[in-house]
Amino acid sequence: MKKTGAQILCESLIQEGVEVIFGIPGGALLPLYDTFPQYPQLRHILFRHEQGAAHAADGYARVTHRAGVCLATSGPGATNLVTGIANAYVDSSPLIALTGQVSRPFIGKDAFQEIDITGITLPITKHNYLVTDTGELAKTIKEAFYIATTGRPGPVLIDIPKDVQQEEVEFSYPERVNLPGYRIISKGHTVQIKRAAKLINEAERPVIIAGRGIIISQAYSELKEIAEKAQIPVITTLLGIGSFPENHILSVGMLGMHGLAHANMAVQNADLLIAIGMRFDDRATCATSGFAPHTRIIHIDIDPAEIGKNVPADIPIVGDAKNVLRNINKEIKQREHLDWLSQLDQWRYEHPSLEIKQTGGLLPQYVIQQIYEATQGDAIVVTGIGQNQMWAAQHFVYNKPNSFVSSGGLGPMGFELPGAIGVKVGRPEETVWCVAGDGGFQMTIQELATITQENLAIKIAIINNGCLGMVRQWQELFYQRCYVDTKLWNPDFVGIAEAYDIPGIKVKHKEEVIPAIQKAMDYPGPFLIDFVVEPEENVYPIVQPGESLSKILETPNPEIIGRY
Amino acid sequence: MFTAKHTLVALVEDKPGVLTRVAGLFRRRGFNIQSLAVGHSEQAGLSRMTFVVSGNSTEVEQVRKQLEKLINVVSVSDITEEAIVSRELTLVKVTSTASTRSEIIQIVDIFRANIVDVSSDSLTVEVTGDEDKVKSLIELLSAFGIKEITRTGRVALTRGSNFQKGN
Repeated sequence: MKKTGAQILCESLIQEGVEVIFGIPGGALLPLYDTFPQYPQLRHILFRHEQGAAHAADGYARVTHRAGVCLATSGPGATNLVTGIANAYVDSSPLIALTGQVSRPFIGKDAFQEIDITGITLPITKHNYLVTDTGELAKTIKEAFYIATTGRPGPVLIDIPKDVQQEEVEFSYPERVNLPGYRIISKGHTVQIKRAAKLINEAERPVIIAGRGIIISQAYSELKEIAEKAQIPVITTLLGIGSFPENHILSVGMLGMHGLAHANMAVQNADLLIAIGMRFDDRATCATSGFAPHTRIIHIDIDPAEIGKNVPADIPIVGDAKNVLRNINKEIKQREHLDWLSQLDQWRYEHPSLEIKQTGGLLPQYVIQQIYEATQGDAIVVTGIGQNQMWAAQHFVYNKPNSFVSSGGLGPMGFELPGAIGVKVGRPEETVWCVAGDGGFQMTIQELATITQENLAIKIAIINNGCLGMVRQWQELFYQRCYVDTKLWNPDFVGIAEAYDIPGIKVKHKEEVIPAIQKAMDYPGPFLIDFVVEPEENVYPIVQPGESLSKILETPNPEIIGRY
Repeated sequence: MFTAKHTLVALVEDKPGVLTRVAGLFRRRGFNIQSLAVGHSEQAGLSRMTFVVSGNSTEVEQVRKQLEKLINVVSVSDITEEAIVSRELTLVKVTSTASTRSEIIQIVDIFRANIVDVSSDSLTVEVTGDEDKVKSLIELLSAFGIKEITRTGRVALTRGSNFQKGN
């Protein structure tokens, strides 16, 4: 039966199980939007900026383990998606970005709102397509979803000219894809698994570093099994938070530049590192020259190109975390590492990274801690970038799988609000807390309108220190307190929220924190709290840039100021 | 680590934009292509690319794995360590006069190269071979004055009955 390109697109999306599209219409998408009323099962959420739509689709994908679909018109609509696509690329999130394009006869003529979006997104997509033959549209969508969601997930962009949306062709949705150049190695090599198990059975001071790969592969129980069976402490990367319950006795916490001191010490003193679904990012390893000097490394990742890219592996295993761990778990012995665990406990005791200063002032760490207390961890926390993100990572206790949603690799300020929209749409039954910085919040503040229009009960906590906090911290610590362009004049955020029909409270004093959070939780709809926190509070511990994980600065140390 | 020239051979899908994807990957990852040659392979719809890249073996292995990740790249092999036949084709337009012409022709003969064009003040020489041979010939011809050079870059196949196939 003949259908238009727009109908084919809608029916293909339905075939792929898509329920929600995050988008904004525009000239080159008019035929598609004109078709939407025929497909009421496709829910379209209207954004105020395409970056918001992309971050939301990414957030949706992260918590549903399904592809998130964003939609933007040609030219500026498409270029506005770029930050969101890049974010999904760096954090391996299955995003489908659909863009309208000018009609085929206009391509290459610098037509109105024509831009080469496939060229622009070449290095930030797993793959992308410009559909020039309407007969190829269904096959392209099939391939795009397959590529985006399998192996190491990532964004795929499909650029669809306006006249392709209008043209009628025969439609049948393909059942399988034919991609000779796309191979997924999901089963780990048996010999490598045996070798890894041998090292694990012999190790005296092993640690696991769990990354986002555990969450993507949903290998929670397999991770727990290896940790418990061989009694191995579990450290996570920033994006590995939510892969292992933080209230578990073997949970050590996050490593890295702002990792917990004892977690970094564990890595530096381990004799075996089992790195799973992580890519040795520089914020996790710090200076690789001094990284984990006494250790052998088992590196498990589904992407062969991650093996040996930043840190050489003694035993590389390419495969899906769940599958590989299952097989390793069969080979390993029950072990006890009581000396090693008590060593870690001692470090934890001697280097308390999460102690919050006793002060009458309103500290950001206290705010996060109280959000945890109020929710008892039964929430999904979506963060911005910078200090708010690090405090949210450190001071909330993530016991639930996949309960921390944050941008790890790209770090786009402004992810938090639209990211939280996607999370709430994907998991409406969950309490969603959006932890925002006052700087980042203003980069995507317009999506408050989307929240109201869709009546999404998102709880927004602005950690308002009146500055671009992490940059200010670096200016203080490493640029002789030369504060340049980091102090912000801010609007009245509660007034702004009210203008968007969202109730809010401004909190300036410590004693107001708990009642405000309670009020937000009790309110059935979206709610905003503007926490006006101590402006000069810094994130600790911090590993100074260029140093190894051993050089942890745990508390404000006047000696280092001025050294850089 | 030891830096050397590596020859990589890739089978790629014959689709628009594939060369851009490959070239873009090299640029983005900071890898330097010394030469690149592309043409149809023995299989319909597939082209064979030959790259020469320099780097240590870890870097080149990273190039290879990143190339493998491109959806349109069917397979990539580093054939540096294998027995290979490699050739490049070079055209050299060299200044010639009545008095130097025969000397140039003698040199060309020794190299088993060909004269493919003649004019009153120039000869165009076609030479095929490995890079050393081409380099030696260019050095000899430069004494006469070289007007233009164009080179294809290396193409290579492994020797014997081994072959790289698509899926």
